[in-house]
Amino acid sequence: MTQPIIQLSGLDKFYGNFQALSQVDLDIKTGEFFSLLGPSGCGKTTLLRSIAGFETPSAGSLYIDGQSMDGVPANKRPTNMVFQSYAIFPHMSVAENVAYGLKARKLPKAEIKTRVTDAIAMVGLQGFGERASHGLSGGQRQRVALARALVLKPRVLLLDEPLSALDKKLREQMQSELRQLQRAVGITFVLVTHDQEEALTMSDRIAVMFDGTIAQVATPQDLYGQPCSRRVANFIGMMNFLDAKILSTSGETVDVDVQSFGKLTLPLGQATGGLEGCDAVGVRPEMLTILTGSQTAEREIEAVVSEVFYYGDMTYYDVRLPFKEESVTITMRNTAGRSILGVGEKARVGWSASSLLLLK
Amino acid sequence: MLRKGHIFKWYIGIFLVFLYAPAILLPVFAFNDSSIVSFPLKGFTTKWFAVLQTNETLHVAVGNSLMIAVTTALFSTLFGVLAARASTRFVFPARRSIMGFIMLPMVLPEIIIGVSLLVVIIQMGFELSLWSIILGHILICTPFCIAILSSAFMNLDQSLEEASFDLGQTRWNTFWLVIIPLVMPGIVASLLIAFTISLDEFIIAFFLAGTEPTLPVYIWGQLRFPAKLPSLMALGTILLVLSISLLLVADYFRRRGIRKTGIENTGGFL
Amino acid sequence: MTWFQKWRRGEGAQGLFLISPTLAFTLLLLAVPLVMVIVLSFWTQDYLTLHRTFSLENYRTAWTEPMYQYLMARSLKISMLVTAMTVLLAYPVAYFISFRVSPKRKAMWIFLITIPFWTSYLMRIFLWKVILGYNGVVNGSLMGLGVIEQPLSFILYNQNAVVLTLAHAWVPFAILPIFVALERVDRSLIEAAEDLGDTKWRRFLRVTLPLSMPGVIAATIIVFIPTIGDYVTPRLVGGPNGLMIANMIELQFKKANDAPLGAALAISAMIIVTCVALIFIWLNKKYIREAK
Repeated sequence: MTQPIIQLSGLDKFYGNFQALSQVDLDIKTGEFFSLLGPSGCGKTTLLRSIAGFETPSAGSLYIDGQSMDGVPANKRPTNMVFQSYAIFPHMSVAENVAYGLKARKLPKAEIKTRVTDAIAMVGLQGFGERASHGLSGGQRQRVALARALVLKPRVLLLDEPLSALDKKLREQMQSELRQLQRAVGITFVLVTHDQEEALTMSDRIAVMFDGTIAQVATPQDLYGQPCSRRVANFIGMMNFLDAKILSTSGETVDVDVQSFGKLTLPLGQATGGLEGCDAVGVRPEMLTILTGSQTAEREIEAVVSEVFYYGDMTYYDVRLPFKEESVTITMRNTAGRSILGVGEKARVGWSASSLLLLK
Repeated sequence: MLRKGHIFKWYIGIFLVFLYAPAILLPVFAFNDSSIVSFPLKGFTTKWFAVLQTNETLHVAVGNSLMIAVTTALFSTLFGVLAARASTRFVFPARRSIMGFIMLPMVLPEIIIGVSLLVVIIQMGFELSLWSIILGHILICTPFCIAILSSAFMNLDQSLEEASFDLGQTRWNTFWLVIIPLVMPGIVASLLIAFTISLDEFIIAFFLAGTEPTLPVYIWGQLRFPAKLPSLMALGTILLVLSISLLLVADYFRRRGIRKTGIENTGGFL
Repeated sequence: MTWFQKWRRGEGAQGLFLISPTLAFTLLLLAVPLVMVIVLSFWTQDYLTLHRTFSLENYRTAWTEPMYQYLMARSLKISMLVTAMTVLLAYPVAYFISFRVSPKRKAMWIFLITIPFWTSYLMRIFLWKVILGYNGVVNGSLMGLGVIEQPLSFILYNQNAVVLTLAHAWVPFAILPIFVALERVDRSLIEAAEDLGDTKWRRFLRVTLPLSMPGVIAATIIVFIPTIGDYVTPRLVGGPNGLMIANMIELQFKKANDAPLGAALAISAMIIVTCVALIFIWLNKKYIREAK
């Protein structure tokens, strides 16, 4: 891979005394689908708007395609944006909206016409060109916004929570369409979202942000399988935590005393965020199993079912482990012939040391 | 419940009669075939309208008023656009105080504005002219224009502007291609409101009129002569019809603007 | 980039730049003239010569001469009566439009309320003279109905007529802010009060009225302050006992040719109404805080 399309280093942004971004370092690779994920107010939108040129960072540097963006206004940057509200010009038709940026570049009329037609077809809005834009549905507005930005062939397409205004069904459909579109055009997409599922299903890589800083940058699998902290683990999916104390380290392994599970020796690699400050062990609900009949597991522990949530294909159990106050969640697939346990029943919980993560 | 509703409706009915009493009587007396403005009515005539056609002084006054109203509408809308845009889009030091100060003429008694402008003009040694009235009218119309234009600018989604900029347009072109077309209905409404206010304004005009009268100043002078009253009623009727037509046009543009930007129609005029 | 360049590019500078023409105009034509009126009020004039030495003579006259004291008190009384009458008339109408009219019709109703306001100002006042006059509409109808035998004379050329005419002129301006405030009242709050067992009246007194108070205050200010400056209505329908301070101000500036005294009277009137308005706002805030 050649040089990253976007390079950020030491980016700070202050609004008065409030620090919206703090020492952000980030490289985004050419052609990838990259997501900025975090709770509202974490600075992800500020970061996106800094890349677009709508916010001026208080400190740090920003390079796009190897060019410093210092002092380059939004209309001179090789980026285009799909806004959360889509920002479709209400007084223009679909075609006029899509042609807007091309006209600003003063391209010949014939070229504008063919490119607009192509772009409208690309997002599946053939025949909508002459429609007035204010009568469009949410999904259609979003397609117009995409076409309007992509017709300019930007180096980077920035998407600010583009799916948040759509209902669940349409959102899922647009997720797969967006992914396909990104593969087809090969442009780098940078997506801002607060929806972890959306980020996991669509992205090549994800940056998780909290409080103006980037907590972790990783592929979806790594983010889910090897979160670097309890906070990240909790934000991406569900995770059970057990108190843990590091006893000693020796070469490639670490000895820990884990609540309920007892003393264990784990490989250093399972301390995904480094050993320093680790005080808990995390385990995903699906990594625990409730054993039935003669089933056995690498390790087993006795527990009592305290709550059962039936989801059709899955059952979520809250169980009490010995020596632990809060219950632990276990998800089980409802395969054929498997009976559902009731509240108060005893359960044998199977687990393995390799599925534990040592976290801070 | 039912009875209470009835009381309410009765009240509203009586209130509307009270509110509309002068406006209804105006055309009634305008078409009344009697040189005394009082009941009982005598018969139907249009002669009072005919009288207006041959009145030279009236025509001069109308000409003056039209010139003042048009100039006032243009300038106060221009000032209004600048102020409304600044206050809705930008955060700047002392914004609230500055806006409060600019809106002040809305609550200041007009006599204060008339008196203070008169003092300045006399002290500076200028002559009273139609221009002194225009200045006073711009001062009192601008707040109304700002009120109308602010809502037009506020309804404007800021990301539209950013989108235009993001797509490669300059700020200047964005203003003309995106912002102005979307607030155009507000601008038209502002022009019409300022025009209507200026056309009808008497107190300031009375203080600042030199030798050339405006229409309300002319009317004021005629109110003393009972013989002139019926034709004044006819004049008032014409003005009323004109004002209402202008307002309907202004409201039409406001609604069209709302439809265009796809925002739900909730409020009324002003 | 220096701090100045940064500032110039910033929002603050752009906003100030944009507003500067309007602000400059208002400064030049409102602030400067007001300052000049204040300065003038400290000068004196006899006949045509203006003495430009500082003097409190005009204020002494304005505040101690019985005639001016009397006029000022009467003007305040009329303004207060007009304001009270206007707000009381306006509130039920605003309430009706906000709560009883279907959302689609609201704009039309507001339009309906504002139309009479666009009748020529002078004509409107003059027509009240016709309505209330000796041979006017009211007397004519009442006599026709046999309610009275002699025309009523107490309805024109006195303070009642001034109050009625001014209230009519200002009522649309009072309805609008109250309507806006009522529209902002969250309907679920009223439902919550109902749910918690309040009767209709208590619901209105404890929820709707306090929440719409900002609109009432705005209406009061919008009506009260300008009313003190009206001189056309008292002149046309007020008779000798209905004249107000503005008529005196006009007289001093025009016929009596004592602009400094007129200026002192105008400023005194403004100070008094502003104080009254501020006291009213303060009382209201106190009342709302205590009600909570």
